[in-house]
Amino acid sequence: MFREAKNMVERSDIRVVRCGGSKINFRPPIISNDSRFVLCVSGDSVKVYSTRTEEWLHSLQGHTNQVTGIAFNPANHLQVYSCSADGTVKLWDFIDGILIKTFIIGSPLFALYVSKEHEGVIFLHLSTGTYNKNECFQLVSTQLPKSADQEVEAKELSAVSSHISPNPSCTAFGRGGEYIAFARNLQLDVYFFRKQKTYSFYLKATDKKGAKNAFTCIACNPTDDCIATGHEDGKIRLWRNFNHKKEYTYSTLHWHHNAVNTLCFTPEGTNLLSGGIESVLVKWQCGGGSKKDVLPRLGGSILHVSGSPDGQLFCVSHSDNKITVIEGNFKVSGLIQGLVTGDTVLTDLMIDPRSKALVLNGKPGHLQFYSLLRDKHLYNLDIVQQEYIYEAGLDQFEVVKAVFDVKGSWLATVEERGHESSDLEFFLKLWAFDETTQSFVLNTSISAAHTDRIISMCFSSSEETTMLVTTAEDSQFKAWCQDADADTQQDQNFWSCDFVGSYHNLKPTNCTFSADSSLLAVSFQEVVTIWSPDTWELLTTLCQPPGQIRDLCFGRLSCSKYLLGTTTKNLLCCWNLLTCALEWSTSLEVSKLQPDPLSENVAAFSYQSKHTDLFVFKPSEPLPLFTHEKVCSEKVHHAIFVPREEPLNGCDESCQWLNGSQLYFLTQNMDLLTLSMATEEDRMLSSSKRLVIDDSVAVTPFYLLLGKHRQQQKLNTPSHPAADKPQQKQGSVSIKELLHTPAHVLPAASVLCSMFVNSLLISNTGVREEMESSEQEMDCEKEEEDSEGEMETRDSQQELRAQGSVDEVTPKLSKAQERELKRVRKTDFSWMTGLIVSKP
Amino acid sequence: MASFKPTRIQTYPKLGEKVTEDTLYWKNYKPALQIKEFGAVTKIEFSPVPPHNYAVTASTRIHIYGPHSQEPTRSFTRFRDTAYGGSFRGDGKLLVAGSEDGIIRLFDIKSLGALRQFTGHSKAVHATTFLSDGFRVVSGSDDLSCRVWDVASSVELSSFTEHTDYIRAAAPSKLNPDLFVTGSYDHTVKVFDVRTGSSVMTMQHGHPVECVLLYPSDALLVSTGGRYVKIWDLLKGGQQLVSLKNHHKTVTCACLSSTGNKLLTGSLDRHVKVYNSSYKVVHNFDCAASILSLAVAPDDNTVAVGMTNGVLSVRHRKHKEEKETLTDRRRRGPVYRVNVKGKNFGPKQNDFLVNKATKQHLQKHDKQLKNFEVSKALDSALQAWKRSSKPEVAVVVMMELNRRGTLKNALAGRDEASLARILDFLLKYITDPRFSRPLLTVGDIVLDLYQQVIPQSPVVERLLQRLLELLGREAELQQEFLQVLGILDTLFASLNLRKDVATLADPPVAQGSQLQAA
Repeated sequence: MFREAKNMVERSDIRVVRCGGSKINFRPPIISNDSRFVLCVSGDSVKVYSTRTEEWLHSLQGHTNQVTGIAFNPANHLQVYSCSADGTVKLWDFIDGILIKTFIIGSPLFALYVSKEHEGVIFLHLSTGTYNKNECFQLVSTQLPKSADQEVEAKELSAVSSHISPNPSCTAFGRGGEYIAFARNLQLDVYFFRKQKTYSFYLKATDKKGAKNAFTCIACNPTDDCIATGHEDGKIRLWRNFNHKKEYTYSTLHWHHNAVNTLCFTPEGTNLLSGGIESVLVKWQCGGGSKKDVLPRLGGSILHVSGSPDGQLFCVSHSDNKITVIEGNFKVSGLIQGLVTGDTVLTDLMIDPRSKALVLNGKPGHLQFYSLLRDKHLYNLDIVQQEYIYEAGLDQFEVVKAVFDVKGSWLATVEERGHESSDLEFFLKLWAFDETTQSFVLNTSISAAHTDRIISMCFSSSEETTMLVTTAEDSQFKAWCQDADADTQQDQNFWSCDFVGSYHNLKPTNCTFSADSSLLAVSFQEVVTIWSPDTWELLTTLCQPPGQIRDLCFGRLSCSKYLLGTTTKNLLCCWNLLTCALEWSTSLEVSKLQPDPLSENVAAFSYQSKHTDLFVFKPSEPLPLFTHEKVCSEKVHHAIFVPREEPLNGCDESCQWLNGSQLYFLTQNMDLLTLSMATEEDRMLSSSKRLVIDDSVAVTPFYLLLGKHRQQQKLNTPSHPAADKPQQKQGSVSIKELLHTPAHVLPAASVLCSMFVNSLLISNTGVREEMESSEQEMDCEKEEEDSEGEMETRDSQQELRAQGSVDEVTPKLSKAQERELKRVRKTDFSWMTGLIVSKP
Repeated sequence: MASFKPTRIQTYPKLGEKVTEDTLYWKNYKPALQIKEFGAVTKIEFSPVPPHNYAVTASTRIHIYGPHSQEPTRSFTRFRDTAYGGSFRGDGKLLVAGSEDGIIRLFDIKSLGALRQFTGHSKAVHATTFLSDGFRVVSGSDDLSCRVWDVASSVELSSFTEHTDYIRAAAPSKLNPDLFVTGSYDHTVKVFDVRTGSSVMTMQHGHPVECVLLYPSDALLVSTGGRYVKIWDLLKGGQQLVSLKNHHKTVTCACLSSTGNKLLTGSLDRHVKVYNSSYKVVHNFDCAASILSLAVAPDDNTVAVGMTNGVLSVRHRKHKEEKETLTDRRRRGPVYRVNVKGKNFGPKQNDFLVNKATKQHLQKHDKQLKNFEVSKALDSALQAWKRSSKPEVAVVVMMELNRRGTLKNALAGRDEASLARILDFLLKYITDPRFSRPLLTVGDIVLDLYQQVIPQSPVVERLLQRLLELLGREAELQQEFLQVLGILDTLFASLNLRKDVATLADPPVAQGSQLQAA
């Protein structure tokens, strides 16, 4: 029915938009020369963050596919190269976010390297097609053509090495760009550019002790001929003398117990930083034997480490989509956290009713709260409350289920361990919202709530009593209530089991409460049972074989008499609860059914013939309100309606369902997508622009303290074009002061009056003042003989001022300010001439 | 950099007992003071006037103790045979006591010698008490009679012979000087009026009555006998209000506390139970021997219990002031002995306070876990169990090691003594439903590891043998439980005929046991 109706509903101007939450740990972040900005690749854009405030400033958008590498232009430290899988290299001005040039290479690029000694040449990872079923990569260098065009084709590629590791951290430039080293499996190659010769060194796969010697990463000392390589068994080898085929040596450092993921030398080459799955950053002293410092528990295994050119800052990117900023003295100074999406989202997507933040499981053992509006990670809630051990192959506790009650005052979570092994451990935890700390506090933890895994749970939606229902694989469902025991004198009331129900020993799958909590629907394989939560009486059963129930939801508002269900046999059913009969059903493979909490609408995602379609409908009508074909090419298992802050009004009939709330969904590739309207996009665009301007200055606490003072100082420098703004403010302040001072302390009205009238005569005074000033200037010149250079500077200053005043209204200057201006002009500017001379 | 998260010790709820105000009140007594008497302590009574001295009747003596003395301040030893039932007059100046030889003696508290002797009973007198006017004494005797004596002239005023067995209890009415209640081994409690010369009310207790007690309002009467404590409503003509069966041996004594009129009963089963106004047990004192007598000071400051082995155990109330001084001392912190400067310096209103980074305090086992010293962590957790008998810590550490995948390493390579400690722990707690799951894993690993070397150590072998027996017993027990559960299920199913579609069951109690408070 739905498929046929597809043609009836026209596609309006609604389109699918990717909304933030993309990976920022895909490639190593880079720090700008002045250590103020961190750049990292994020999906098909490059994001610029401030190192001090950890704020996202803006992003460089223009690529059409995943950005795979970024590097600063060695010739200009304000420009950055980025390469992408769409086959282009782009050159950006990252401070202003302007695209300068695009170089078209043609084939997909996988990494980008630059070296100071090779100006105008960039090195790229290319795929050379599959060979023996595994993809081969080659390193090529290309001379970037110098032309004024925006888009240039760079076709002259010369191969440096034809067989390299797909891992970009296995390639590094040596001291002064003299050589390049790459590692692949058990082979280390060093290519000397001057000699145009490659030296290769081999390791045995395993030695006597069973060590795994495969290379995982590589780094070259910037001041010394030394190559550090990381290995799969956690060893770090320092290679020297590698320009000889035979007489090379290496020494070994060993601390990591698992593969070394990344290595990085400090710019002076005195220290070596290494990181791995243990989430411990290790600092080795070069030449100091195995002396080391460790920085443990950084959270998430370390993927990349990179340092700033002055050695003051380091950036560590972690597997939980996080970048840690570390100061040179080995202290954490900042965290940049993206939306953590692991391989799967075990908990469903949820909305915290209080903060309206998206909630899903984030870093191991935590729930993350993510603001969708600002695309910002708000905080993590520690659910497991255990020390996380970073070790490969360890069976860890994971948050698998979480659910909020309607008001957001209770949160229920299930954590589980032992997916593989037979002994399953799980805890059901109930968290109460604490008003004073504004976060959730553990109230009750139940160690063996069921005898087997919990499949689903839901809170009752009534206002008065909160009740939690859990269904588990032990073919029971349980209702949990808060104890209201009068005898206990404690403030806290704990949760305990209130009712245990089952139906013919069938495994329950889903449970859901109706909108007014008067009915509880629990599906047992093919059967839906309806219970009354007050008396725990089985009211009725609904059944539509064949096919087990996959999803279940009640209609809302005017459609509250309907119950919707989807089955594994591609059937979408709608039951009328008043007649206890099937109202309508349609054959549709629904992977996710999501009701809107604010309206009657229900969204259904259907996966068919390799793409997902979206249908929005009301349970009362079997025809969809809105369809959108091919929202994405993967299955959609998680979706959520997010209530808007302010409802949109009007628009098309077909987009009315988006007025009250917005639909977000997560694809299997962990992309968070949403549907947005054209009007909304315009608004968002303008708001994002505003953001760029506001945040271009890094706001630090010191800035807040000193900013005011500095703004006042700016008043004294008349060449500053922005000076007029605070000046007006000051004027208004003085007026306010004037109005608020008691009359008896004010000067005589005659004095004030003349001043007031004078202030109204703008043009006249300005001219007169200027005349005056010129006269005075003349006087000055007569009095003291100025040097030629000084004159020049002054002229240039005046020019500057003229330029500034072209665009803007001539700033009104009071007498005192005018005098100040003159004072400034008289001051010695000879130091500036020195600068001007030295610059060219 | 996040700090190390210490292992969370789960707190388990105590089943059955809930902390209420009453339990807190009755728990607030110091440990019992034991005073050895010459024979079984049959009667304790507090003087109604401050400082509330108390008379203890034991063997052939009556000792008067001060509220805080361990030695008797006065003792009356003029009894030829065992003394019974020493009780004070309303003004606390006179004391009357019966004895095995049937003579009732009246003492002045100030002097040692007997003021009066009432002779007339032919057998032992177990119960003596003053009527509320203070001029007459009531006595109940084993010769089946109870008599009223005039104090001034030591003349018998009247005699009642309605009981058909020994009279062992008597209590005067506080409001009417002519009324008193007696309890007898003929299973009856009778209310006598001196003015009519006969009983005005008779209540059937059903068991030999050991003690009777009137509430201050005279509306309620408590009688104890057999395993029962019964409350009678006198205003409704002696109708039984409640029958309590909380003791499993004869209830020998009862008394009322002054605050809230809580009823306390003592029994031969060595327990003193405290009931609240709705007659639910709110607290329980345990004693070393069977209890014969019990008294609470009028201000509840002292609870005295007399036992068959002649031990008088006295509990004094903890005073609030003492508690506060203790906490005050603790809170005061370091003493500024050396550097007096800045002692009084506090932050001002606009000051920005920079707190010193607090050092995270870690338990010993946590410190070792932080350093990945797994065997040592397990050892220190077991030590903590030995020291403070907290099995939770050891179990949590074992679970943590199991989670880290290092439990095997921690258990391996142990000598006989440390292995025996682990096996001891297993023996004690492996059947505890809260801990059985993780401990079974531990047991499995221990068996795997030490399979080869078990015969070398007789100690370990013996422990393992015991463990085997224990688990066998537990398995049988579980099987029986399941059978009972099956029986109950059929019963429930037959009760809910209409709802035959769904098997409804009450929330199982086992759930409660696994619920842990956060």
